[in-house]
Amino acid sequence: MSYTLEGRTGTWEIVVGLEVHAQVISHSKLFSGASASYGGEPNTHVSLVDAGFPGMLPVLNQECVAQAIRTGLGLRARINLESRFDRKNYFYADLPTGYQISQFTHPIVGEGTVEIELADGTVRHIGITRLHMEQDAGKSMHDQDPARSFIDLNRAGVALMEIVSEPDIRSPEEAGAYLRKLRQILRYLGTCDGNMEEGSMRADVNVSVRKAGEPFRTRCEIKNVNSIRYVMHAIEVEATRQIEVWEEGGEVDQETRLFDPARNETRSLRSKEDAHDYRYFPDPDLLPLVVEQAWVDELERGLPELPDDKRDRFVRQYGIPRYDASVLVAEQAIADYYEEVAKGRDARLAANWVTGDLFGALNRTGRTITDSPISAQALGGMLDLVSDKTINGKIAKEVFEDMLETGDSAAAIVERKGLKQVTDTGAIDAAVADVLARNADKVEEYRGGKDRLFGFFVGQVMKAMAGKANPAMVNEALKKVL
Amino acid sequence: MSLTELTIADAAAGLRARKFSAAELVGAHNAAIAALNPRLNAYITTTSDAALQAAAQADAALGKGEAKPLTGIPLGIKDLFCTKGVRTTAASNILKNFVPPYESTVTANLLRDGAVFVGKTNLDEFAMGSANITSAFGPVENPWKRRGDDAALVPGGSSGGSAAAVAAGLAMGATGTDTGGSIRQPAAYCGIVGLKPTYGRCSRFGTIAYASSLDQAGPMARTVRDCAILLQSMAGFDARDSTSVNCDVPDYSAAIGRSLKGLKVGIPAEYRAEGLSAEIEAAWQQGINWLKDAGCEIVDVSLPHTKYGLATYYIVAPAECSSNLARYDGLRFGERVPGDTLDAMYEATRRAGFGPEVRRRIMMGTYVLSAGYYDAYYLKAQKVRSLIRRDFTESFQQVDVLLTPTAPTPAFAQGEQSDDPVQMYLNDIFTVPASMAGMPAMSVPVGLGTTGLPLGLQLIGRPFDEETLLAAGSALEAAAGFTHRPALRAEVVK
Repeated sequence: MSYTLEGRTGTWEIVVGLEVHAQVISHSKLFSGASASYGGEPNTHVSLVDAGFPGMLPVLNQECVAQAIRTGLGLRARINLESRFDRKNYFYADLPTGYQISQFTHPIVGEGTVEIELADGTVRHIGITRLHMEQDAGKSMHDQDPARSFIDLNRAGVALMEIVSEPDIRSPEEAGAYLRKLRQILRYLGTCDGNMEEGSMRADVNVSVRKAGEPFRTRCEIKNVNSIRYVMHAIEVEATRQIEVWEEGGEVDQETRLFDPARNETRSLRSKEDAHDYRYFPDPDLLPLVVEQAWVDELERGLPELPDDKRDRFVRQYGIPRYDASVLVAEQAIADYYEEVAKGRDARLAANWVTGDLFGALNRTGRTITDSPISAQALGGMLDLVSDKTINGKIAKEVFEDMLETGDSAAAIVERKGLKQVTDTGAIDAAVADVLARNADKVEEYRGGKDRLFGFFVGQVMKAMAGKANPAMVNEALKKVL
Repeated sequence: MSLTELTIADAAAGLRARKFSAAELVGAHNAAIAALNPRLNAYITTTSDAALQAAAQADAALGKGEAKPLTGIPLGIKDLFCTKGVRTTAASNILKNFVPPYESTVTANLLRDGAVFVGKTNLDEFAMGSANITSAFGPVENPWKRRGDDAALVPGGSSGGSAAAVAAGLAMGATGTDTGGSIRQPAAYCGIVGLKPTYGRCSRFGTIAYASSLDQAGPMARTVRDCAILLQSMAGFDARDSTSVNCDVPDYSAAIGRSLKGLKVGIPAEYRAEGLSAEIEAAWQQGINWLKDAGCEIVDVSLPHTKYGLATYYIVAPAECSSNLARYDGLRFGERVPGDTLDAMYEATRRAGFGPEVRRRIMMGTYVLSAGYYDAYYLKAQKVRSLIRRDFTESFQQVDVLLTPTAPTPAFAQGEQSDDPVQMYLNDIFTVPASMAGMPAMSVPVGLGTTGLPLGLQLIGRPFDEETLLAAGSALEAAAGFTHRPALRAEVVK
């Protein structure tokens, strides 16, 4: 069922394209040797090049180019062996040179595609138009002083990748799925940390609405939305606004808008008439960027296994459901953890424990997989005890909780608490005899045809044996006697 | 001979032979600057004290036999090269108090080789001009006089301060920068040698940009050999300039006096332009004859797109400068005029900081890059630029070097052409095409015109073949025997 919005005049569908700015993970900035790390006292990561001093010249950082190419490969996109840097000219206090070096007409990466999966299992492919490299600007701070603004140039010149999607997205859910998938790919590649709170990933959202079968109508661009949830809200709010405009006989103006999450509305930032004339032209300080296919091939060989490939392999190799596989590949670290647990063990059981009890425990304790209180080895050790019937599934839950608290190994806990499963038929038979003797009335009822009572007897025997009995053997012993 | 009349080659030999000390040599130039600069205004900033200290170090090095190629040689530095701790203005009010905390690569190379800087020479503001009359620090006067006429003449531009200083003996040599003729045209007007190397030969790092795809640093000196010596130090690959070219720097001095037998010299028909004065035409013919006598083969060639050179230049250069000069916004360095809003501050700062010619070029450049005009102007200009480059590439399949006049006229008087910017731009008509094509070119003085002013001829060579320019230039120099000196010079004005 596709996503639509009901208006007064009928049903509307939405058309969305996303421009994502992803900060490149690199030691130094795109065109200078200054540190690109986040944080630091204001204006401490600034070279003379970043500050736009007279006579300073940009020199391209090759690592940033490698990161852009890796990302392009991860998006299954065309790598342009020749690309070019242009200047985008505008005056602003946090733009030291008065121009941003970007790639306007000849980006380093061309068309690609991202596969997304929706909650109902639908798989869609969102087209990538291009990826280009550009410099970030500095930061203006207007709230430090009543009369003055302050500028922090730490971020000025840091490398960004702008990843532009085709207008293929048709619902807020798809936009959310696209952004999560993109972030997942970037994190797998190690090319962007995808941290939207720190601003290392930001999205500009292009939204329009139309009736079924129509060509595209005018779109608005919502600038700088900084969480996936806000992107999804902003799309819905903006689409609703546009539908109202059209239905009241108006025209949607092509303009740039801002999303205000507090009021849940978008507001006009500037109209097309006020749009900057950026006067793009090729940056004469930089030669065209020419990369060799051999280098691209080398970078490709160095890529990690990407999430889609990993998911498919998990389904094949471990025989787990596709949904579980998707959950397990959400992060590289989770996938690694799972593979270590599953190695040489019951892979389905491992998947159940990781996605069930372990994720639950991480949630409760506010931890992530990388600082999990139970290591993959420890969890694997516990599963070994289940497989060799040292403990049963119920006891395993208890052992797991103990591991979480004490950090002890499963074997040590089983030993300490005497939780070893009882497989001694004599002990089980004795317990069965005792339970049946104490419940002679119920035995009568059972024999009179009340089959449901079998479970009651099992429970009583397990209870009598402090849960440590082998459930299958208890069943067998009961059946024999009854 | 007075110390201010020596060539760099002779001075270097004299210093090594301990005929005089670096302190004496630098002191003589400091004295000449003190005597003449108030009149010529060739220097914006003088660094006499620092120069004397450097001279003392040079003498110490000479005493230990550790002299480098330029040890103790006093040079003027165009005030477009950033010099660490020494005010660098670009002849603009917006940088009138700017002291860079860094050294340009070209000046660092000269210092590495022992040179002593006696001051920062005047120029047209941000190197935009052909007469050195747009400087915020006042015009430079050409040390030459027309015969029987005391009118103050322009030295050419934009490296007019460097040219005047070298001609008058206020420096043994100087650095210049050439974007459309800014080394060659003032060299011709002041009767000295000026060499614009191939684009990419000298690093642009630390040189204040005018038009990045054209700007190139080069030497200005009184002889071809001295230019070779200076270029030897200035040239070389620099990883900090992405357009700097990584190829070996040959021994330039070895090209001086090299045989020209069999060298093919092209004479482009298109340079016989309207407005070429008879005296320049005669000098050109004389130059052709001299090269023929030296064993060269003279070949008529055609550079059909020459006539578009100037128009193309005045699209490309302003476009780049409109962007390059955006950083002068009063925020991080340079002068600031306060305003109520950020935009008001920008406007006030830039209105007060930039002179009329700089403002004109920023406006032209902004216009040609604007949406709707980009294709008709900037893009078209880039296409024509590649045709101009192709003209040169094709003619260099027939010939080894081209010989042309440097400028259509000799130096003119201050005020004579300044009311019409287009007339002023025409001074660069012969120098602009080589700039657009990135080819190396050199101006050599070959004689005096009818009014007693020096005339220069231009040699244009293949990319990175500065050696052929130096070889042919030294032949012209020898044949011309140019020993004339300007009226205003260190030896006569004390």
